[in-house]
Amino acid sequence: MTTVEHAVPLTAQTRSERVIRFITRTPIHIALIGIAVIWLVPTVGLALTSFRQPNNIASSGWWHSLTQWDWTLHNYGSVIHATGMGHAWVNSVIITVPATLLPLTLGALAAFGFAWVPFPFRDTLFLIIVALMIVPIQTSLVPLLKLFAQHGHLNNHYYGIWLAHTAFGLPLAVFLLRNFFITLPKDLIEAARIDGASNFAIFRRIVVPLSVPALASFGIFQFLWVWNDLLMALIFVSDPSKQPMTVRIPYLISTYGQEYNLLAAAAFLLMFLPLIVFFALQRYFVQGLLAGSVKS
Amino acid sequence: MRPWSALERVQGLLFVLPALVVLAVFLIYPAYYTIRLAFYEGDFHFGFFHYLGVDNFKQLLTNDKDFLDLSKFPPSGALINNLRWVIFYIGLSLLIGLGLAVLAVRVRYERVVKTAIFVPMAIAATAVGVIWLLVYSPDPNVGVLNALLQGLDSGFHPISWLGRPNLVNYALIFAYVWASVGFVMVVLSAAIKGIPAEVMEAARVDGAGEWNIFRRIMLPMLSLPLSVVTIWLFINVIKVFDIIYVMTGGGPGTSSRVIAFTMYEETFQNGRPGYGAAVAVIMLILIAPVMVLNVRRFRSERVVA
Repeated sequence: MTTVEHAVPLTAQTRSERVIRFITRTPIHIALIGIAVIWLVPTVGLALTSFRQPNNIASSGWWHSLTQWDWTLHNYGSVIHATGMGHAWVNSVIITVPATLLPLTLGALAAFGFAWVPFPFRDTLFLIIVALMIVPIQTSLVPLLKLFAQHGHLNNHYYGIWLAHTAFGLPLAVFLLRNFFITLPKDLIEAARIDGASNFAIFRRIVVPLSVPALASFGIFQFLWVWNDLLMALIFVSDPSKQPMTVRIPYLISTYGQEYNLLAAAAFLLMFLPLIVFFALQRYFVQGLLAGSVKS
Repeated sequence: MRPWSALERVQGLLFVLPALVVLAVFLIYPAYYTIRLAFYEGDFHFGFFHYLGVDNFKQLLTNDKDFLDLSKFPPSGALINNLRWVIFYIGLSLLIGLGLAVLAVRVRYERVVKTAIFVPMAIAATAVGVIWLLVYSPDPNVGVLNALLQGLDSGFHPISWLGRPNLVNYALIFAYVWASVGFVMVVLSAAIKGIPAEVMEAARVDGAGEWNIFRRIMLPMLSLPLSVVTIWLFINVIKVFDIIYVMTGGGPGTSSRVIAFTMYEETFQNGRPGYGAAVAVIMLILIAPVMVLNVRRFRSERVVA
């Protein structure tokens, strides 16, 4: 038996050892801080540009604003009112909320079936869903647009984009939630069944309350996916007055290509909601993205 | 335990039925439709007009300079651009992401660095496009990159990074690397923390240098997460569209087009739905191996990372 007194602490360092350690580690600090700064500069540049006076933007780089102190909210006023970005922001919300909740609900129901209720061809159907997770959107664009246009012009309303996002979010939802649901304690579910609880009651009262982290992870991933999507909205939202920000900003670029004050303010408006989610729910956010990695 | 009654089995099917119907109508049927359309010219209403057999594919691969041009060196076209993306986007993302993951665990401000690198993951490709249009601006009063280079060398002439056919693809690739590295770093960093400390300690006690520990212990133990990340990056490359649509529109000329962009352009701008469908089918073929891999891995391990 060794005693504590005899053990030499591994962390004991003389002064010179610490100096050497610091010097040998300097390259690591330089590399890490250097890359972090390079990674921050583009976003900081956009944020500062969005708060600068338009005439200053044309005459000096955004980095001068740190000493010029010329902040204004004017750009946001212009971009929200004059270019209709406020309206487009609302459209983004109208598109994103149902397009997140629908696949979450349908996905959770299906995942419960796959996890806890046996039925014919269950494994085969589940494998098909695994394969569907990475089907490229491009194979659906034309047939879906045709389908929507023929049946009540769904592409002129939000229904088309809601349905399309639901279909594309579902495989991942079913996959993730099923994999989480099967880890729930079997005894608990069996006990409820013996007490006579229906399947739906088990789903609502046991599975859903115990699976909040998984539901949150998928919810955040899907929210980000839909909010940030450009291609699907470009195709499935034909009415310009219903288009989300991701689709309206490219128009802004082609119309006001050199007016960086407007472009920067618009881009920042698009970014701030996901960034708030990121900083508020960082843990779920990272989990959601990691879980979503099987999709892309 | 009480056996499942016939009624409960039917109930199980009822739970999955809504999802299966949505998938069949909005995902599987459309895929079938697109594959079929690829063998037609197609009309304005996306109908099966004028059967062509494999002509669309032949045309794409042998007679469309914007898609694949092997007649000169270096070869060009959308498919070649995707190959550039595969090499440089995947290579750079892995290199920077792995480097950050390995170095960040050694410092106390790990969380701050990681947050800074990860934040772009939350930003829409549309906004990433605007951010990098600003960085790359040829006007040194706007573009920080040209301003920086001019600051280093006063004789430097500002470069139009997105205006030169030989530079534009690399400029786009770097912007997308910027947006993706956070993911690579977080996955690999989690895996590194999962390596038992005793293994590393034992190697250090035996006198192994840091480089050898990295090469002979870390890298082999990271092979699974590395493959997961590489597949994720590969799918990104096949699907990349938004950032190109926003930043260059496939230009200058057609020099920054990729497969997904060609599909959009031919179908919705040039009115050639059959031709566009053939491009979509090529995308599906390129992604198919990954689908097979996912299914296989799921069947063998019953878990997918």
